Amino acid sequence: MAEEVVLMKGNEAIAHAAIRIGVDGYFGYPITPQSEILETLAEEKPWETTGMVVLQAESEVAAINMVYGGAASGKMVMTSSSSPGVSLKQEGISYIAGAELPCLIVNVMRGGPGLGTIQPSQADYFQTVKGGGHGDYRLIALAPASVQEMADFVGVAFDLAFKYRNPAIILADGVIGQMMEKVVLPEQRTRLTDEEVIARCPWATTGRTQHRKPNIITSLELDPAEMEKRNIHLQKKYAEIEENEVRFEELHCEDAEYLIVAFGSCARIAQKAMEMARAEGIKVGLLRPITLWPFPSKAIAARAAQVKGILTVELNAGQMVEDVRLAVACKVPVEHFGRLGGIVPDPDEVITALKEKLIK
Amino acid sequence: MKQEIIIAGFGGQGVLSMGKILAYSGLMENKEVTWMPAYGPEQRGGTANVTVIVSDERISSPILSQYDTAIILNQPSLEKFENKIKPGGILIYDGYGIIEPPTRKDIQIYRIDAMDAANEKGMAKTFNMIVLGGLLKLRSVVSIESVIKALRKTLPERHHHLIPMNEEAIRIGMEIIRPQ
Repeated sequence: MAEEVVLMKGNEAIAHAAIRIGVDGYFGYPITPQSEILETLAEEKPWETTGMVVLQAESEVAAINMVYGGAASGKMVMTSSSSPGVSLKQEGISYIAGAELPCLIVNVMRGGPGLGTIQPSQADYFQTVKGGGHGDYRLIALAPASVQEMADFVGVAFDLAFKYRNPAIILADGVIGQMMEKVVLPEQRTRLTDEEVIARCPWATTGRTQHRKPNIITSLELDPAEMEKRNIHLQKKYAEIEENEVRFEELHCEDAEYLIVAFGSCARIAQKAMEMARAEGIKVGLLRPITLWPFPSKAIAARAAQVKGILTVELNAGQMVEDVRLAVACKVPVEHFGRLGGIVPDPDEVITALKEKLIK
Repeated sequence: MKQEIIIAGFGGQGVLSMGKILAYSGLMENKEVTWMPAYGPEQRGGTANVTVIVSDERISSPILSQYDTAIILNQPSLEKFENKIKPGGILIYDGYGIIEPPTRKDIQIYRIDAMDAANEKGMAKTFNMIVLGGLLKLRSVVSIESVIKALRKTLPERHHHLIPMNEEAIRIGMEIIRPQ
């Protein structure tokens, strides 16, 4: 049978994908522009089919701590929110990272700071890849640029999260969350049985047996010597992730004289700008980071040797541009173009910025 | 083939659902489609708009600088989008919501009195399908058969008896659209 192609919003795709890959629990609190994730789960009633728990918590803080508890028992659990709500979750995210638990957090970004606006933004890049919560921790951060990737990255994020015992985040924005596109959803799987969970997560708090020592999940360690060891262990793990899990996409980079680096919805807008610029005879390429952490620094550095200049296009005042500059190490000019506070640029504005800032 | 369309009017006129039906119809023809709404407070009582792209190839940006076709159902939307139509493109407007008609000379302008027709025939709820009929007369974005197929697929079965009325609305739209 041919794959079934359906039309849906990015937010809806996340919900359907979560049910289909066998997620055990979703805990969330509504906020625009991601409420369709919770709404779709409530409509689909997966607790009647796969047994997945869907719970609207009393707050974002409660939801992330429910995720903490569920993840500690080896279950596949997730939460979703938008920018102000994700800020509320930061303490819990730091604890989950410190306790080395796998889980998925979804942030469908809106404009800030503060309560800001409900319109799209990418201003939570720093929060996502540089910390956000306290302590030296990292999140595996995936940035979808289509509804298909919204669906696909749920499974990818959980695979990586369990492989490394580390929280993963899908960093989307209001454009990707709200738009409808064609999508092929993953096959329906059954959730893991308790025995399968114990086999996959020998570290989890699955109920003590006589045959092993108790598993204790905590981020607390009062002995600084032990805490330093734990931190060094985390850093080794992060180095391994940086070595193995970088993902990015390149379009028309082979002959590019100028490079645009953009993620998520901005990568789509930049792609159109690239097509229009090429029609004018300007050789532009696009490099789209798919993992924002680990960041495709090596790939960007490699292209820097070939191009005359790089432009980042972001829905913020200049965040990812810092990582691009670090990668490029001053070899070529790196400029930033962004719109703020929920305004999304159109492709014309990107071309104008490219010409004004780089080609001159 | 690629069609970049903006549909804009008041919230409640069926702007977003017209776009959705168009996008679903594209899906029925195995085309690439993107449906990007302006979401948020403007939907509730103010203006609403949606960008629909139907293409044979992978679609890049869901956000556009210019459109092939604009369907304009109220005055604020005309002011916002008249200048964003590609030269040679098509503007369709409903005379009911427009006090100052469009003036551009480098585009093709059509008027469809869909609101009047819908009220006359007691088909107020199919207003947006009349407008869609007008579009399909001018631009073969999708076939009527695909629209019917999309309606059958997306409407719950208890509403399937309304499909013939929607088909009728499309045909009315095709008949009443005319150059300005």
